[in-house]
Amino acid sequence: MADAHTSAPGLLDPLRRFLDGDVWASFKRSPVTVGAAAVTLLYFLAAAFGPWVAPHDPFDLAKLDLLDSLIPPAWMADGDPRFLLGTDDQGRDMLSAIIYGSRVSLLIGFASVLLSMVLGIALGLLSGFVGGAVDAFIMRMAEIQLSFPAILVALLINGVVIGYFKTHPEWQVDQVTLAYVVLVLSIGLSNWVQYARTVRGSTLVERGKEYVQAAHVIGIHPAKIMLRHILPNVMGPVLVIATIQLALAVIAEATLSFLGVGVPPTEPSLGTLIRVGNDYLFSGEWWITIFPGAALAILVLAVNLLGDWLRDALNPKLR
Amino acid sequence: MVAFIIRRFIQSLFVMFVVALVSFAMFQFIGDPVNQMVGIETSLAERAALRERLGLNDPIVVQFWHFIVNAVSGDFGISYQHKRPVADMLLERLPATLELSAVSALFSLLVGIPMGVYTGLNRDGFLAKVFLTVSLIGISLPTFLIGILLIFLFSVTLANAPAISVFGLFAIDPSVLQLPSFGRGTVVDLGGWRTGLLTADGLKALIMPSITLGLFQLTLIMRLVRSEMLEVLRTDYIKFARARGLANRAINFGHALKNTLVPVITITGLQIGSIIAFAIITETVFQWPGMGQMFLQAVQNVDIPIMAAYLMLIAFFFVVINLIVDMLYYVVDPRLRVDTGKATGHG
Repeated sequence: MADAHTSAPGLLDPLRRFLDGDVWASFKRSPVTVGAAAVTLLYFLAAAFGPWVAPHDPFDLAKLDLLDSLIPPAWMADGDPRFLLGTDDQGRDMLSAIIYGSRVSLLIGFASVLLSMVLGIALGLLSGFVGGAVDAFIMRMAEIQLSFPAILVALLINGVVIGYFKTHPEWQVDQVTLAYVVLVLSIGLSNWVQYARTVRGSTLVERGKEYVQAAHVIGIHPAKIMLRHILPNVMGPVLVIATIQLALAVIAEATLSFLGVGVPPTEPSLGTLIRVGNDYLFSGEWWITIFPGAALAILVLAVNLLGDWLRDALNPKLR
Repeated sequence: MVAFIIRRFIQSLFVMFVVALVSFAMFQFIGDPVNQMVGIETSLAERAALRERLGLNDPIVVQFWHFIVNAVSGDFGISYQHKRPVADMLLERLPATLELSAVSALFSLLVGIPMGVYTGLNRDGFLAKVFLTVSLIGISLPTFLIGILLIFLFSVTLANAPAISVFGLFAIDPSVLQLPSFGRGTVVDLGGWRTGLLTADGLKALIMPSITLGLFQLTLIMRLVRSEMLEVLRTDYIKFARARGLANRAINFGHALKNTLVPVITITGLQIGSIIAFAIITETVFQWPGMGQMFLQAVQNVDIPIMAAYLMLIAFFFVVINLIVDMLYYVVDPRLRVDTGKATGHG
């Protein structure tokens, strides 16, 4: 610690502590986790730098050539080396479409996880800190929502929000933005319960501790105690939930898009690609749907494995 | 026990009330339902008459009261898009969804429990590890993707596969295994209940959709039974049973499996509700003419009466199943019959 005081309060200090810690050690010990992390990182990088790494721009209509449509993957008899994973019905390169699609899927996934996390933490903190009728009300609502599968809740919210925008033309939004907003709202609002329950549980524990009582005694405003003192101490489990929820959010986005209430085909996510490709399954062009499907499955599997490991690593009881 | 059931019943009524409130609120959210029901050429006077007839000029609490009274008597209003009573439309499609859900629940139990017992008893066996790995992948695959993969394998690939010769003795044509990939096949009308369970065609059409729908529950049940078996096998009374020299089979199935059943019943009960809801996805993939497909179309067209009715129906199923599960505890676990205080705290 002396080191940390003499040198500038180092940015590297938390990193060094992390590298010496149990979490990093257990990470290194599990080859499956390292693999999952590598795959996840690859997806994140591909999504972040999509326009620069993708071999083609699948949305530039000027560059699409219908003569290039429905070309099988490069290693098959009629394949074309320009299109590694083949092309779809409009001559779009599947590999590029998948990279752009992962970008959309992950963007919506992150945004909806963020929404449900903020909402869940706020309601959980409030529930645990205030208690009483507020607590009872929030938790009853959580129970009732939890009894319905998230995808059903998401579909309902989806329908209502679309209906709201349809009947309120004063909101000038284009179709793609509307789809994004609807998806983030429906996935985000249908998944806050997990966070709220966990945060409430930890808040109840923290509330009874001495540092909180001391803060009360010296007259700190309750809202400040809640945000500055309790919140940092209940964030650990939230991270685990957020990781697993990211996988669930990506699945939910893909499912909603597949069901036709998600991202429109003009700027497809992975789910939209699968939906579009599904129409070509019977005519033999399997690559249009199977490759985006595989991309989705691998992404979800990798994030799930990472979440599983994180849960075990942060929970000493399971070790 | 009676007190416990009454308390659960009141809780269920509360859940139904909140769901009804949410359903009712959906109508308010999208603006004037009259606009959804009439054409552009309808005059203002006609609109006002319709508004009065629908009771839209009443105070909101009165409207909500009418909504509940109507719903209880089975009147869920008229679909905006189809101009037909929602209750009739739901009833027509109920058999398809219920048959699909029942068959997939059965499938997940009949396959999941034996797999769970097996992986619990041979925890280090090769096959057990294969089961567990496959189940992890199964959880990661979204439902609709499983359906698409099954269609790809059993409807597309098998249809085009060449015949396989077995030791040059006889040939197997893989296309006999080919499965229909959409619709219910031939259905028989049993007094309004159109069933696909009585024809070979209809049963064949059920195979892929019910596997798709049941696979997630299967992995869930398998993992649950496995961990419960591992837990139970460590207990003293199992050790004692072994010391008494009871046969392995009697111990594993008579003593151990029986004690894993309480959580299995809970989870299965809770999952039946989500099976019915997840049928939305499976029905879309396999073009299964059930309630889920209708609900999805309603979401796309913002047909609020159908959405509200479907939500309340699912809530009703959920509440009823939960009550049944609570009562089943008493049948399965004799301890609860004595210790009611503990059981009510369980909820």
